[in-house]
Amino acid sequence: MTSARTLYDKHIDSHTVCRLDDQGHVLLYIDRQVINEYTSPQAFSGLREAKRGVWRPGTALAVVDHVNPTAPNRIAAMSDAGGARQVSYLAENCRDFGIELLDILDKRQGIEHVIAPEQGFILPGMVIAAGDSHTTTYGALGAFGFGIGTSEIEHLLASQTLVYKRLKTLRVTVDGELAPGLTSKDVIMALIGRIGASGATGYAIEFRGSTIDALSVEARMTICNMAVEAGARGAFMAPDDKVFAYLKDKPRAPKGVLWEQAVQTWRALHSDADALFDREVSLDASALEPMVTWGTSPDQASPIGARVPDPQDISDLILRQDMRRALTYMGLEAGMPLSDIVISHAFIGSCTNARIEDLRDAASVVRGKRVAEHVRAMIVPGSTEVRDQAEAEGLAAIFIDAGFEWRQSGCSMCLAMNDDVLAPGDRCASSTNRNFEGRQGAGARTHLMSPAMVAAAAITGRLTDIRHFGARA
Amino acid sequence: MSLQPFTQVSGKAAPMLAANIDTDVIMPKQFLKGIDRSGLDRGLFFDLRFLPDGQANPAFVLNQPAWQGASFMVVGPNFGCGSSREHAVWGLKQMGIRALIGSSFAGIFYDNCQRNGVLLITLDEPVLQRLGQVVSQPETALINVDLETQQIRLQGEVIPFEIDTLRKTALVLGLDAIGSTLQRSEQIKAFEHQHLTANPWLS
Repeated sequence: MTSARTLYDKHIDSHTVCRLDDQGHVLLYIDRQVINEYTSPQAFSGLREAKRGVWRPGTALAVVDHVNPTAPNRIAAMSDAGGARQVSYLAENCRDFGIELLDILDKRQGIEHVIAPEQGFILPGMVIAAGDSHTTTYGALGAFGFGIGTSEIEHLLASQTLVYKRLKTLRVTVDGELAPGLTSKDVIMALIGRIGASGATGYAIEFRGSTIDALSVEARMTICNMAVEAGARGAFMAPDDKVFAYLKDKPRAPKGVLWEQAVQTWRALHSDADALFDREVSLDASALEPMVTWGTSPDQASPIGARVPDPQDISDLILRQDMRRALTYMGLEAGMPLSDIVISHAFIGSCTNARIEDLRDAASVVRGKRVAEHVRAMIVPGSTEVRDQAEAEGLAAIFIDAGFEWRQSGCSMCLAMNDDVLAPGDRCASSTNRNFEGRQGAGARTHLMSPAMVAAAAITGRLTDIRHFGARA
Repeated sequence: MSLQPFTQVSGKAAPMLAANIDTDVIMPKQFLKGIDRSGLDRGLFFDLRFLPDGQANPAFVLNQPAWQGASFMVVGPNFGCGSSREHAVWGLKQMGIRALIGSSFAGIFYDNCQRNGVLLITLDEPVLQRLGQVVSQPETALINVDLETQQIRLQGEVIPFEIDTLRKTALVLGLDAIGSTLQRSEQIKAFEHQHLTANPWLS
């Protein structure tokens, strides 16, 4: 073994309780977990049936986010009986096992991957596992987060560990300045389009380069969040002064001497200069254009100036059939300009793009304009704190004046587990992470893009190039 | 919770070779509202299996007589991508699926299958394509999967496969993973003490 290690290696090495074999399996210690109402019930039931306890309840934080309504007037009661039962069972489990719960009326409530960083619950160098695939978000803070299923949640609650197999490493270098109007969403969508929806399966990705350095911490979260859409089981970015400034004075961040000590340790959290990665990819950010998806997999994406691709041009049989199936589902003709696609809905929300900077970005696009007559446009802030902040900054008023619905926080129409569901044939410009068949409602069609692009589409009523949208306030 | 051991299973293999079949398609959102694992066989591939009027869709492979009651599925690349929902695996298991054979699987889905005693076999793409063609013929859809010898037996051919020893042992014995890990409680405690001493802000 060489002495040069990647940031991923450092996280795994520092959290290995013991090696389990010579095929890469270790017992991995997990520092924190975030729990939601829909993937955790059977894990708690499993503990109850086996009469097992929770190893370290203080390392878990629970929040209601997936099933709750986002109606503007927030109340605790839910009309959906199944969702209500999940919420009450979560409360019961948190009470019985001593886990802190941010319930629906808590001012700190929100989407788990928005509130955990917001609360300072996630710190550099930590390993976090949670029952949600977008746990990769935490890579932006120099932590290692990955999604797990319910059986693994139970294992983690009971033992603070997981049986874990070491991944391969992929380094993605992003250099160059993004053109005005482009965001980190366009960077990650372009990467997924390039390497494919399984392009990083079996890998942890480390992002580096001048483009990443120039991004805000929130913008970096968008990239790490969607790394899972390329199959990555973890995303990394070396923590820098921006991360330390972001975390300082967050409610759960260390304070005083402990903070100084922590920051000193965190400064060593980067890949060694001569560390080897199993694979390297580079991306020129200055050449990127705003991205939109046209299909039913996040890698079916193109620059907004392009046309809907033609399956006839694809030589690989599986890919061609895939594309045909996608275009049929999406109701699109090969060859039509993407900017001719007319939408019925616009949605700004999700753990990918509903933080305060996303809302500022979208508000700057819609200020003084009106949502198109035929479009229902919704803003679902990533957390209640983001919502309050946006109201304090006057962003909410801009959205409401433009004709957007200004709603409460939750996962909402990103996966439509609550009552924010599209009807068959609806077509939505969405700042979310997945354009799967039926994701936002059976038969509904999703086009992924940045929040600014969603905002522009809401105004014009069709997919729109933000760069040609006119002067922005 | 111990699992049904997987040693050797014979049954029909249903082909579903489209790429990127995600867990939203395997188990749609309306079936995620339970607090137990029951009734998920109904939700499996719901929008593909059933027509809007609720009738079985005759075009869907698991509805066709040749593959009804299949024990295996031969699947396309990146099967199980997307959401971490383990409900997808519970549904497959409740439908009687004991193993999935594909060229690549999403990571979280892979672990979820392992933890439920569902065997995942990864084959090289050309081998998988050939297997897909064989089981697409009703008369040759019956196969045998032997985990102990790591072989898939089909008409006139034996396909060997690789699997990590640790995963294989857990599947063959139907081990309770949590019970196994908790036998190392003292080791975990010792590690934890040292880890929190070195990084006191993690306490």
